[in-house]
Amino acid sequence: MTDFVPTETEPLLEVHGLTRRFGALAACDRVDLSLWPGEVLGIVGESGSGKTTLLETIGGRQPATAGQILYRTAGGAAVDILALPEIDRRRLLRDEWGYVQQHAHRALRMGVSAGANIGEPLMAGGARRYAAIRGTALDWLRQVEIDAERVDDPPKQFSGGMRQRLQLARTLVTHPRLVLMDEPTGGLDVSVQARLLDLLRRLVREHGLSAIVVTHDFGVARLLADRLMVMRRGRIVEEGLTDQLLDDPQHPYTQLLVSSVLSV
Amino acid sequence: MNAQLSAVGRPVLTIAGLAKHFDLHLQQGVRLPVLEDFALQVRSGESVVLDGPSGAGKSTLLRLIYGDYLASGGAIVLSLPNGQRHDLLSLPARQRLLLRRRAIGYVSQFLRVIPRVSCEAVVAETLLLRGVLPDEATERARALLERLHIPRRLWSVPPATFSGGEQQRVNIARVFVADWPLLLLDEPTASLDGANRASVVELIEEARAAGSAILAVLHDQETREQVATRLVTVRSPLQREAMA
Repeated sequence: MTDFVPTETEPLLEVHGLTRRFGALAACDRVDLSLWPGEVLGIVGESGSGKTTLLETIGGRQPATAGQILYRTAGGAAVDILALPEIDRRRLLRDEWGYVQQHAHRALRMGVSAGANIGEPLMAGGARRYAAIRGTALDWLRQVEIDAERVDDPPKQFSGGMRQRLQLARTLVTHPRLVLMDEPTGGLDVSVQARLLDLLRRLVREHGLSAIVVTHDFGVARLLADRLMVMRRGRIVEEGLTDQLLDDPQHPYTQLLVSSVLSV
Repeated sequence: MNAQLSAVGRPVLTIAGLAKHFDLHLQQGVRLPVLEDFALQVRSGESVVLDGPSGAGKSTLLRLIYGDYLASGGAIVLSLPNGQRHDLLSLPARQRLLLRRRAIGYVSQFLRVIPRVSCEAVVAETLLLRGVLPDEATERARALLERLHIPRRLWSVPPATFSGGEQQRVNIARVFVADWPLLLLDEPTASLDGANRASVVELIEEARAAGSAILAVLHDQETREQVATRLVTVRSPLQREAMA
């Protein structure tokens, strides 16, 4: 008999009361969220809503003022990321998480070859055989639709869209169990955005990625996210299934945001 | 009315006391009531067609069941062939998502086109999300596109440039490529010509015969008579007010 709804698994990530203060200002204020394996959670909001701060705080790029980040590791243990010693935390995030930045040049090494950019995280994880690393790099260039002939070219010779795709390859090559993405299509031309979105959708399905995607673009959210959270002044004001939240928003602020978009 | 009433089975969808209003916060908090105290049961092997003037809340009802709209009150219970029962209105979002992949098929009025995704990939995705292997998913998608008279040379093209009728047939194919305990159909034949309408009626009949519970909005009189095993009238509180 078909099992229509599988028995509930444990969340991969549970964030409780996460707060990041700058003096009197709470850029991220008592945020709760959960992410299950294979799920894409979108966080939408305007500039200054605190969504990037939230992502950076979850990803260990900004210190949290308060809260808990419970993560279920590949080994099955649930650990509070914020309570780990610095060295363990760094190692865990390097081995099991990936982070995609809006500006690819901040994540890439612009002067070394595309192949080396993909190979580097593998070597940091212990890979040593040159031929295997190069083979994997070529495979990932293909997956992100970059011509294999460009493997020896440095990303400073690449267009914005190619750099972003190279960043995806560099991030995903280690098969992270959790991927955090900050405006992955931000600053790209519309046609380049469409290609990147299509690529992201395919990678999410083929690799069963679990991801949190921050975006101000409701079209991106509609295409990528299973669930959405709306952020305003550091707080989550509404959450739900992506189409429900966009088609029947409840909170006045969400209604304002959705009604301000031309067509999503 | 459809005469083949055979094999009407156990209840699949049970709705009680369902209410929906929209609070328009940007329009001085105007509250629009659309459904009030609505009840309905649909059984396996039934095709229930919703009847009522436009604005009665028929599409809203389908969207509430699918979870595209949030209900304001009441209960919607889905009973599945394996014995699982789900109170849809209290189900966590992620479980509802899983139900959508396997249990509730929804043909919306218009296809939501995804840039760069080919017609056959749009249809195959329904199966891929259920874990069907890519080759088999593509094969089944193609067979159905053929049946719905989508020209072969369009299969690898994204449907953005297709005609309204072609887009609607892709929209139908992406749902009917799989089996569903519950099917929600919102004007599936509205922009189709006679031959294609007949193909769709045939698909609906096959699904019903295989045990799906079907709830549909159909304005076309002929299609409705071919499909419906029962008619249910929907009228919004505002329309009842206007008629009183």
